[in-house]
Amino acid sequence: MKRIFLHIILIVGAIVFLYPFLWMVTASLSPESEITKLTFLPSTFTLTGYQQMVEKIPIFRAFFNSLLVSLSITAGVLVFGSMVGYALSRLRFRGRNLIFFIIIFTMTLPFQITLIPQYIIMVKLGWVDNYLGLIVPYLMNAFGIIMFRQYFMSLPQDLIDAARIDGCSEARILFGVLWPNSIPALVTVGIITFMASWNEVLWPLIVIRNENLMTMPQLVTLFVVGGRAESQLGVKLASATILAVPIIIAYMFFQRYFIQSMATTGMKE
Amino acid sequence: MINKNKMTPYIMVSPYIIHFLAFIAFPVIFSFILMFHRWNIISPMQYIGLGNFDHLFQDRLFFKAILNTIIFLVIHIPLQIIVALFFAEMLNQKLKLRGFYRAAFFLPVVVSGVVVTYMWQQLYGYDTGVLNRLLVWLGLGKVGWLLDPKVAMPSIAIMATWKNVGLYIVLFLVGLQSVPQQYYEAADLEGASHWQKFRHITLPMINPTFFMVVVLSTIGGFSLFIEPYIMTDGGPLNSTLSAVLYIYREGFFFYHMGYATTLGFFFALLILAVVVIQRKFVEREI
Repeated sequence: MKRIFLHIILIVGAIVFLYPFLWMVTASLSPESEITKLTFLPSTFTLTGYQQMVEKIPIFRAFFNSLLVSLSITAGVLVFGSMVGYALSRLRFRGRNLIFFIIIFTMTLPFQITLIPQYIIMVKLGWVDNYLGLIVPYLMNAFGIIMFRQYFMSLPQDLIDAARIDGCSEARILFGVLWPNSIPALVTVGIITFMASWNEVLWPLIVIRNENLMTMPQLVTLFVVGGRAESQLGVKLASATILAVPIIIAYMFFQRYFIQSMATTGMKE
Repeated sequence: MINKNKMTPYIMVSPYIIHFLAFIAFPVIFSFILMFHRWNIISPMQYIGLGNFDHLFQDRLFFKAILNTIIFLVIHIPLQIIVALFFAEMLNQKLKLRGFYRAAFFLPVVVSGVVVTYMWQQLYGYDTGVLNRLLVWLGLGKVGWLLDPKVAMPSIAIMATWKNVGLYIVLFLVGLQSVPQQYYEAADLEGASHWQKFRHITLPMINPTFFMVVVLSTIGGFSLFIEPYIMTDGGPLNSTLSAVLYIYREGFFFYHMGYATTLGFFFALLILAVVVIQRKFVEREI
């Protein structure tokens, strides 16, 4: 009896969390006149909303931009983050503690403090309306460095010693020996970085004005708040659905990794 | 050979050093210069001494924006903790479909805030939104979710909780699973009630998770921006104008670079102060 009660609560909970997505997808496929009627299944499915959206905004270009930006950032964070994490965990050099201290310190620094000066730097470098402005400031983050440092510290020293005796360079040790043994760390940092950059919207709103360079969240934001959809719901809902679908598909396949990775974000304390 | 080895660590950390100097150290130093100037990027900088600070302390709208952000946090954080603990407790046992429930609660976490906000804007619709239709169907009156200045910010806080709570359910689950089962068995022998066990075993044991959840949702809450930007544009009557939205407008709509920097600096100090106080408070209380 108690168990049935438990399941009822959980099912209601799950509906509360899933229903809005289901509504959005069906509404985006409904004829304009039926969207506000809230019938669960429309009389006919139509792709009008999607067709109009494709005519009005460069959504495919934005998808490409998002992919380019997010993949570049993720690659940068993995490569640079593991380099720094390796040096901090496995190499001895002067200033190591100082750098570690600075990294920890910058983690506590609220972004509101650097937002405006960073924008001015972008202006001065000519990186406004430029992919570089979206990518370069994010190529490094403290979280990635700390994760790699922790993970590398847990690997056996023998692994590194053996490679050194074989005459491997440090770069070779890092990318050829440590990387293949650090898949969980790479997956975690990779997923978190990719998701954060895929969903980022404040910074693109600031540095990109040219529609052809906009990322998906930015383009969709400006589309739904702006007047270009001519207050038609269907086309706006279509753009929001298109923005959600890639990440939902990725989530369906790698759900366990998403949840595990995100759960470790909190574990840095 | 030795020389090369000595240089290697520095080569390895050099990307970080360059990045730190260019995108953190320099902006922070530059912000100290900007705070004493009036500048719209195009015309030359104009030194105005403490003018920006004078302006700030008389800027009613900025303090309203801070207050709005705090109202958001005061609703969002307790709500988030209660809902997350509730579901985490439920999921912390052998259960059919447990993986499915967890995945469902977590879905909004991975989806863009833009999507969530736009979706909820429709759910909150006055005449056509599903929530008001449900209320009418139950025989209750309609609520001006995003139209009533008293209700709009709580509505955004509810939505933000819906979006993020999945993450905190998972975090609490990890915390709950680390509590040794013997403690509960011992308490059962003593005849402890459900609530006593929760209050005197579970809560103290998950204190670190608790603190983490409070800090993460505080920092997240202070950066509230896209939700009011899409849903209400700060309205009605500036009741959902968040601090970051206000700074964004000052900086990128009016191009008051010096003033916006001052606002950002002041607000960042406030965030740091709140986090430090929370740390003291949470450590002592539980």
